[in-house]
Amino acid sequence: MTTELFIQYLLAGITYGSIYAIVAIGFNIIYNTTGIINFAQGEFVMFGGMIAISLLQFMPLPLAILLAVVLTMLIGALIEICFIRWLKSPSVLRMIIITIGISILSREVAVHVWGESIRSLPYFVGNEITSIPILGARISPQVLWVVAVSGLMVVCLGVFFKTTSVGREMRACASNRKAATLCGINAENMVTLSFVLSAGIGALAGCVMSPITYSQYDMGTGLAIKGFTVAILGGLGSSGGAVAAGLLLGIIEAFSVSVVPLAFQDAISISILLIILFVRPQGLFGSKEAAGLKEF
Amino acid sequence: MKKLLSILPLLAVVIGVHLLTSATDTMYYLTQMTMSAYYSLLIIGLCVLMGYAGQISLGHAGFFAIGGYLSAALTTRSLIPYQGTTLVSLLDSAGLLLSGHDLYGEALLVVTPWAACIIAVLTAACIAVVIGIPVLKLKGHYLAMATLGFGIIIYRLALAMEYFGEADGISEVPAFVLLPGVSVSGNFSDRVQNYYIAWVLLLIGMVLLLNLIDSRVGRALRGIHGSDEAADAMGVNTARFKLQTFVLSAVFAAIAGVFLTHYNGGIGPSEAGVMKSVRYVAIVAVGGMAHLWGALLMGIVLNFLSLRGIFGSYDDAVFGLILIVIMLFAPNGILSINVRHRLRQLLGRGKQDRAGEV
Repeated sequence: MTTELFIQYLLAGITYGSIYAIVAIGFNIIYNTTGIINFAQGEFVMFGGMIAISLLQFMPLPLAILLAVVLTMLIGALIEICFIRWLKSPSVLRMIIITIGISILSREVAVHVWGESIRSLPYFVGNEITSIPILGARISPQVLWVVAVSGLMVVCLGVFFKTTSVGREMRACASNRKAATLCGINAENMVTLSFVLSAGIGALAGCVMSPITYSQYDMGTGLAIKGFTVAILGGLGSSGGAVAAGLLLGIIEAFSVSVVPLAFQDAISISILLIILFVRPQGLFGSKEAAGLKEF
Repeated sequence: MKKLLSILPLLAVVIGVHLLTSATDTMYYLTQMTMSAYYSLLIIGLCVLMGYAGQISLGHAGFFAIGGYLSAALTTRSLIPYQGTTLVSLLDSAGLLLSGHDLYGEALLVVTPWAACIIAVLTAACIAVVIGIPVLKLKGHYLAMATLGFGIIIYRLALAMEYFGEADGISEVPAFVLLPGVSVSGNFSDRVQNYYIAWVLLLIGMVLLLNLIDSRVGRALRGIHGSDEAADAMGVNTARFKLQTFVLSAVFAAIAGVFLTHYNGGIGPSEAGVMKSVRYVAIVAVGGMAHLWGALLMGIVLNFLSLRGIFGSYDDAVFGLILIVIMLFAPNGILSINVRHRLRQLLGRGKQDRAGEV
């Protein structure tokens, strides 16, 4: 393999990897505050892209993206308020089935609103054939957008959770909900907020990736599986782990193209998921003791 | 014996439906009833796994597809190019191969449907064991995602492998001659016969499972559902019982796949799709998880309506909505509401009396 080709694959891996990482962080935010894996996480990404594409007819690109993110956040809030909020300590099986139902319903809404056609946002800068040379490889400027926006999101989330009082309250709910409630934190609102946040970052990722990977009504399931793989790989609940694992999975996938046929690419990431679940369910970076204490 | 008696009313209904459709000249309903029966066979198997053993599986369409695809491929793909190999000559000398001619008059050498059925079901069972041992150690979200992943892998393989017809699937699957004169096929003239084959198979499955859940195994499974650790502490070999149930439900799914594929004369990748697995889980949930009769009833009703095209382009949406509504408002299934409601009406007086005492 030539150096140029190597770098090309590496950059493709980093691009997809950062998207997987964002989806995984979306999983983590909701998991941390509720203990629920939201199977509809991939649908947030789909909604973000699709709404932005529709809005583009009426307004310039930045405004369309902004509005799409806000609308998806509203959808996230609505889902939490309608389906999650009023359930009193539901069983895990029940929550799994409900979020799967939400995911199917979202997909069906999308197919009836937007149809089955594949759409995409225009490139933010330049067009399909614009490229920037990096170390001999040529990449689209959109790749830089994806990586930069994902990186920015991770940093902003980190700052939000560390320094703002709302972020601290969410973390308090994550570590001990009862104690947080006793300290006067409204835990129910924090759960809604976690859905809003995770819908928002999903939607933004959906907008940034749309020019490269396109948007379609059924893109959610595949993304959710990969996002979940990454979340597990990095240790459920850990954002730093998610970033590392996301990049790892993206790069493995990108390089696997040169070895196995494209049709089996999905099978590879799912096999990684299965192997990780069987061998190290606490993730690559997680500790076994901590995982044993969590509720699955 | 009691179990045998309990399905007699159902047998009467099955015959009644046949007589009713032939009397009202609506025999075409029997086709969908036959297909619903095969899907329900899978669903009652899944019901024991989910409702009684408490293990969710989002990959059962995968086992259905393994059964259907293997049986379809073995009975249609010619083995002539491999005629010299030991395996083929071994099969041939065992009398398991059938030679014939395809549509274009070319010589064809295929496995007999009986042998193909047994190979397909055994393969599904073996895969269930191999997958089941690690997967069933997982719980909750992890178990759901692992089985979902398994289902997607099967779907991807069916879609990517030329042997399984890629996106087109396999068609022209021959009839499955069970006994001389009795065959599973989509022939117009065999419709009534196939209706009874499907339902007898379903009833046999039902009797088996009803017996199972009332036996020592059934009690052990309910113990596992209640609390894994407690069952373990009581001396129940939880891992073995879970695996046995998983394999059993996979076998049910594979048998359903084999028969339905021969009945339809083909199978496509959509049968292995994630949405199919979710649909099966939805039906078990509507029927009330630990409620075999409910699963059977809902399996027949919902599959029949869906196959008749009642839901139109909202087919998947209906199942999604059913999932959410049932899990939100009646996690014990749709039958539990009616029963409770009726009981409350019946016991209305008794309750007032008790209120007076307090």
